[in-house]
Amino acid sequence: MDVGIVSYGAYIPRYRIVPQEIGKVWGTDGESMGRGLYILSKSVPGPDEDVITISVEAARGSLRRCNVDPKQIGAIYVGSESHPYAVKPTSSIVAEAIEASPNMTAADFEFACKAGTAAIQCCLGLVGSGMIKYGMAIGADTSQGAPGDALEYSASAGGAAFLLGSEDIIAKINRTVSYTTDTPDFWRREGQDYPSHGGRFTGEPAYFKHITAAAKRLLDVMETSPSDYDHAVFHQPNGKFPVRVSKQLGFNEQQIETGLLTPSIGNTYSGAVPLGLASILDVAEPGDRIFAVAYGSGAGSDAFDITVTDAIKDLRLEAAPTIKELVERKKFIDYATYAKYMNKIKLKEAVE
Amino acid sequence: MAVARFWRENASRYNLIGTKCGVCERVYFPPRSVCPTCHRASIGKMEPFKLKGEGEVLTFSIVHEAPSQMEMQKPYVIAIVEMDEGVRITGQIIDAELDDVAIGMKVRTTLRKVSDEGDAGVIHYGYKFMPL
Repeated sequence: MDVGIVSYGAYIPRYRIVPQEIGKVWGTDGESMGRGLYILSKSVPGPDEDVITISVEAARGSLRRCNVDPKQIGAIYVGSESHPYAVKPTSSIVAEAIEASPNMTAADFEFACKAGTAAIQCCLGLVGSGMIKYGMAIGADTSQGAPGDALEYSASAGGAAFLLGSEDIIAKINRTVSYTTDTPDFWRREGQDYPSHGGRFTGEPAYFKHITAAAKRLLDVMETSPSDYDHAVFHQPNGKFPVRVSKQLGFNEQQIETGLLTPSIGNTYSGAVPLGLASILDVAEPGDRIFAVAYGSGAGSDAFDITVTDAIKDLRLEAAPTIKELVERKKFIDYATYAKYMNKIKLKEAVE
Repeated sequence: MAVARFWRENASRYNLIGTKCGVCERVYFPPRSVCPTCHRASIGKMEPFKLKGEGEVLTFSIVHEAPSQMEMQKPYVIAIVEMDEGVRITGQIIDAELDDVAIGMKVRTTLRKVSDEGDAGVIHYGYKFMPL
């Protein structure tokens, strides 16, 4: 049975902050920081936005684009490291808001930046085994970076939702493989407001090792080479890493161009590869082959080999905003407004 | 404890589920159990009715003195929106510059955080309007 993407939707908050604005506050050269990370601006969630509102907007967009009755969705999984509740699922609220509940299963996933692709894999399994007809997998984050930390230049917000099934698929997922180890490159302990990271340790032994291993495994299994793919998307904690890892693997700049969003919107964590994949699907033609590799700290990589089908021509793309439209819909804010929106200002407890 | 009170209205707040009178076909939002026009004749004939979520601004006000829950968002816009189905709903307009909000502006609903019960309390979600 062919299993794949039936529809997809995405959402990126409209607020943006530039690295110069962040650097100005902390006495660092924001411009050179932005250049070093290859991040020109990052998205910031509004004060009334969180992973739930982002997930709902993305999921509703995916349903507007196709003719699937939400009651036929048998599973909803939301991957994020910024679920609004520590206990109380994001996914049950999303299910209610897209009218998929109650005869379905739902759960929240967490695996740093790859929880969204883990959700896709679970839905693939459930659809492929015949347990459910459709599954909704969402990767979304409103990621946190401690004030003044290097992460503050990249941690951003956004997400994408993928409706997976076996009928009328616009993109067939040919194969997925993963690579997982215990690598403490980035973490956040329970109750902590901001994550910690191992600095340069997040590079070679973490990001590069896992992405490369998963990518090579997939190329081996599929007996393909990078030139067989029209598009490629890699996890993008900054704008630099995905460019470097794609070169190491033998992909060229044209292949990764469409899926590389971090320079404009920052690192959307669990939303990163899902948004990059959505950006590729926005422009993909039938027959296009896509190579996607997510990375989550802690650490692991999920790699996907995808072929776009003729059915993509029937998708109502215009029924929801494209990634290009979402990226271009922006309002720049200063650091003070950013700090207010991100809850970085200590307030007196409100008295009703 | 307002948890149950708010939860009871989730269908309306998340998905704009109102009611339609089976006698006169008038649409109501929030839902009503009796039609104020048909009275007793409507009992048992009020059906759930989902609004499409699109409409236009009938009138609006810019709020500069906000209640504590809205402090972070002021100044913000509260509008009465006439939905395509004819029913009028009050809600916040988001993702628009104050100068751009105008009577007749086309809007659609989206889900946002409406309020919460403090850092440890439940978060309430509901509809707000964004430019179409």
